[in-house]
Amino acid sequence: MIVKLAFRNLIGAGLRTWLNVFVLSLAFVMIIWVQGLIEGMGKYAMNAKIDAELGGGQFWHMAYDPYDPLAFEDSHAPLSPSLVELVSKGEATPILVASGAIFPDGRIQSTLLKGIDPDQQILNLPAGELKGEETDAIPALIGMQMAKQTQLNIGDYVTVRWRDVNGTFDADDIQIRQIMHTTVPSVDQGQIWIPLEKLREMLQAPGEASLVVLRKGIKTVPPDDPTWIYRDLDFLLEDVIELVRVKSASTNILYGLLLFMGLLAIFDTQVLAIWRRRKEIGTLMALGMERGKVISLFTFEGALHGLLALIVGATYGIPILAYTLAKGLPMPEMISNVGVALPQVIYPSYGLRLLVGTTLLVFVTVTVVSFLPASRIAKLKPTDALRGKRS
Amino acid sequence: MANYTYDNSKEDPAMNNGTLITTENLVKQYPVGRGKFTALNDVNLAIERGEFMGLVGPSGSGKTTLLNILGALDYPSSGRAIVLGEDTRELNHKQSARLRTEHLGFIFQTYNLLPVYTVFENVEFPLLLLGMEAQERQKAVMQALQWVGLTDKISSRPSQLSGGESQRVAVARAMVKKPEIVLADEPTANLDAENSHNILKMMVKLNEELKTTFIFATHDEKVIRYVRRRITLNDGKIVEDIKRTPKVH
Repeated sequence: MIVKLAFRNLIGAGLRTWLNVFVLSLAFVMIIWVQGLIEGMGKYAMNAKIDAELGGGQFWHMAYDPYDPLAFEDSHAPLSPSLVELVSKGEATPILVASGAIFPDGRIQSTLLKGIDPDQQILNLPAGELKGEETDAIPALIGMQMAKQTQLNIGDYVTVRWRDVNGTFDADDIQIRQIMHTTVPSVDQGQIWIPLEKLREMLQAPGEASLVVLRKGIKTVPPDDPTWIYRDLDFLLEDVIELVRVKSASTNILYGLLLFMGLLAIFDTQVLAIWRRRKEIGTLMALGMERGKVISLFTFEGALHGLLALIVGATYGIPILAYTLAKGLPMPEMISNVGVALPQVIYPSYGLRLLVGTTLLVFVTVTVVSFLPASRIAKLKPTDALRGKRS
Repeated sequence: MANYTYDNSKEDPAMNNGTLITTENLVKQYPVGRGKFTALNDVNLAIERGEFMGLVGPSGSGKTTLLNILGALDYPSSGRAIVLGEDTRELNHKQSARLRTEHLGFIFQTYNLLPVYTVFENVEFPLLLLGMEAQERQKAVMQALQWVGLTDKISSRPSQLSGGESQRVAVARAMVKKPEIVLADEPTANLDAENSHNILKMMVKLNEELKTTFIFATHDEKVIRYVRRRITLNDGKIVEDIKRTPKVH
């Protein structure tokens, strides 16, 4: 009875209902769309980082700190027996990191030299390009950002300078063998990848590494030892997770504003409805409807806005969401400077949690906003209501 | 009379001889500024089952206030109003709603039909509140619409009805559950003479056939001519209570 009456009243209100529903549906679709993009971005950033850099986790030399280039000199050591075993089984690959400088076009530029095994299959990097034919120059791999920054192209030579374990400066030429198409800035910006053994030789650090990357999905991780500390993916992805969290938090303001507009319209409609329909409220009470049921009726009427918004939102929102899911959303050029792996086209991720969570959020807030004015009916005297008077 | 039962355990001894309503020293006061306005002052009356009576008097005499108290829509400031054995002052919101649902029918001056419902649904509404089964409901609604001669309008909306038709729907809505008492507040005030007479004749018929007690609050001469008992109120007091043979039948 309440459902039928509420639905009839709502539809009977005509344009006012549909305007409210449209504004609310806009908030509904926008929340899912934008949040889907952020989640898609986060997922992509994490997957790309795992693929190209993190693998299934890493063992770091105890002194290794990726944010402290001055510590690189002291943050490599021979692998522990358990890590050697993993590497030999193809379950891990060592990486050696050193500070250096290159001189493209006579300008000096600090760089990070990373030694990688050209035969490794752990990371999705074209390390095989480092094998090729032997030349006088050290074969090197750089990313697109680095190439753009240094104006280096495939086949170009550039001088690199580094310090060996004794602190002695040395220099040699490197030849760019390949420019990687990677979206992961942390394997690209300011970095030069060269063969692991060559870097070990350059640093006079045979058999040493700064970190060891484990295969994705590795089941057994050896325990830490005093030199090698295990870093799991939660730790390694902390910056991406934090970025997505901060991004989500900042877009919450947008959601809040959109939702606020929709809720304000419903609140206003409810206040107006209770004001204009006092006589109807009085009639319902006179006919024997309990106050609680009258309050439920008006609350339900308001809450139905949420249901209609869901239907209307689905009508125009599903095609939009599906189109974005299929075609993605192209990102501007400058997006590559944000510091995390971002593709040129972002594909959203509409998880069940996002859909159910947004639906619940809209329904709960709409119901609360509808209940607040409706609860005033409890104070309305039937006789005053019948006369169209405020109590 | 009605098929529905109510709790007789609290029934007043006075009810045994057919008295449905009694008021004892009934007073109703409203706050006005710092003072009080007395709408009803020491009203004592007894209304028997099957009466067809009018509360008459000028505007502000207390007719509607008395009707509201008898309908458990308002509470007396002092004194008692006992309706079907229930002291209305002792009823909470739920209990008074239940009393209205099960035993009272209301007819208003402005019909007060639910605009989004059809004629059928408007008449059906009190039965939904009673929780009656669909089949039984359908039968009762059609019977009520037959009483008021509106079976051809069941799908119409209130906005498509004339004033007379709307009031007939309101009568059907009040009568559909066969209540013991129907309280009508100026039921003909918005109707022309012909419609007023038709409505009143119909009410008289229902009163005679179903033994429903009708109580009107009115100052409409057309209504007054039909009532068998006339209680005149002035300044909240009963100044005249006469039983009579109606001038029109």
